Amino acid sequence: MKAQDLKIKEYCRISNNRVLLNAQLLFEDLGGDFTTFIKMAYKKMDTNYPKFFKMDDLSKLGFLASDILLKPITQDSEKPKNIALVFSNSASSLKTDRKHQESIVDKENYFPSPAVFVYTLPNICLGEISIKHRLYSENSFFIFNHFNAGYLHDYASSLIKTEKADEVLCGWINCDVEDYEAFLYLVSTEGSIAHNKEEIIKLYTTK
Amino acid sequence: MNKTYLSYNNIVSSIGFDSPTVVKNIHEGLSGITLIEDENLFPNPFYASVIDSDYLEKAFEKLHPNGDYTRLEKMMILSLDKIIKASGVELTDRVGLILSTTKGNIDTLDPRSPMPTERAYLGTLGHIVKNYFGFTTEPIVLSNACVSGILAISIAKRFICQGTFDQVFIVGGDIVSNFILSGFNSFQAMSSQPCKPYCKQRSGINIGEVAASVLVNKDQNNLVPEAVEVLGEASCNDANHISGPSRTGEGLYRSILSAFKEANVGPQDIDYISAHGTATNFNDEMESIALNRLGLGTVPLNSLKGYFGHTLGASGLLETIVGMHSLYHNTLYTSKGFTELGVSQPLNIITAPTVKNLNYFLKTASGFGGCNTAAVFKKVQS
Repeated sequence: MKAQDLKIKEYCRISNNRVLLNAQLLFEDLGGDFTTFIKMAYKKMDTNYPKFFKMDDLSKLGFLASDILLKPITQDSEKPKNIALVFSNSASSLKTDRKHQESIVDKENYFPSPAVFVYTLPNICLGEISIKHRLYSENSFFIFNHFNAGYLHDYASSLIKTEKADEVLCGWINCDVEDYEAFLYLVSTEGSIAHNKEEIIKLYTTK
Repeated sequence: MNKTYLSYNNIVSSIGFDSPTVVKNIHEGLSGITLIEDENLFPNPFYASVIDSDYLEKAFEKLHPNGDYTRLEKMMILSLDKIIKASGVELTDRVGLILSTTKGNIDTLDPRSPMPTERAYLGTLGHIVKNYFGFTTEPIVLSNACVSGILAISIAKRFICQGTFDQVFIVGGDIVSNFILSGFNSFQAMSSQPCKPYCKQRSGINIGEVAASVLVNKDQNNLVPEAVEVLGEASCNDANHISGPSRTGEGLYRSILSAFKEANVGPQDIDYISAHGTATNFNDEMESIALNRLGLGTVPLNSLKGYFGHTLGASGLLETIVGMHSLYHNTLYTSKGFTELGVSQPLNIITAPTVKNLNYFLKTASGFGGCNTAAVFKKVQS
């Protein structure tokens, strides 16, 4: 498989309280906060996965965006799929890190919780997705100050070229104090959009 | 496809600030784990491997740094400085920088920290290291729980094979912080004794801190005597649980199998396994199952957690570097803390330094999120 033959099969964006699959708007709830919005989006997408409610915000966001892209592929498949997960963001798990930090700052009011602490790693989100979709596959979580199409492109190409993965779910899942953003795309041998840096940037910046 | 090699390397740890010193101390059975009494880190005394702060300061001052740096930045810069200088590699746009860390400058979230909380962003840490040395490419920070250190080597190899870089410097590091200690303690994962990987009396982990660095090279030029070739590597998820390993060791089993396939080796070729061995009940048991599913139960094996504790995002890199020196010296090092096998499947734990002709070793790691990584390394014959 030559890198120039790879395609972007589908992409999904969740930001500004809207959920989009490719260019199609699936759901919007303008005005609500993240907690309310993501719960409503979960219901609207017919996600049906009670463990979702135990997750932190980063995992909820990554899980939902992944589920929209992966459910049609994995739900009826008898054999586990070899789809790698390559995620990135700028805030790592800081939103939950701050929560854990608050629970230990005061010696008189010291209550660290394992249910919070476990989410103080960004790749827990990849674990949640792997469990739901039975992915015994490659997964990596990168931290960049800004979305880095070049590195994501090269890394996804390498995984498919060296047959470490058949497809790669790639992108940006970020949750911070003020804002959140999910943009995921599926790199495959099928599809109509060329897999190159320019196309990735175009899809990412079209909001 | 290009071959890739691990060359110049350094370890900044509680048992030495360069690889030869650290390896000599391991040979002599010296552990960096001590009883720490510091209420700023944890309410009760605890066992951990902590770098002496005065020693760190003095070593760092010798670099005549401009500006303020955090503890982790000092450790990482000290470590990387040595191998950048020794290798003589010019930092062009063909040279990458990968940082492997789980929590970076997490201590700056503490209100008592003199540093701004913005320093806790891992991308900021990446840029501080980048700017200190004048790297011309964007830093790649990898935060993939406890497999980060070994996965960083896989990632460097993949970027080199893909043609993104010709050489990659990796620096891995994490510190002992109240954030990490309180978290692992809430999981009841901390041992009240120096840790005892694979032992019947094991009772959990000790946390440790190191910075370790290595130069990953695309060709055979500029190799050090202890250099190894990265023959094969893979990373597979358990798809089972976010905070506990798979009972069958599924992800680790698949990772090793896949790394063997790429390396074109089998269990009979492996001379030594540098395993994860955190000394928790579940982890060590899982490893014994995964390794025996692959017929690796008789291969000499150690965990180095008894010397350094669990150094999180640095551990895989640190332990790979010790493995390189193990091959170079044709010596198997003791799995410190072990007395009596306490896992359900047989393992050949190394109980004394042993001279043996060594050519291939397998490094493995597993972590939260169900992640596992395996890599096979081969001694470069000089």
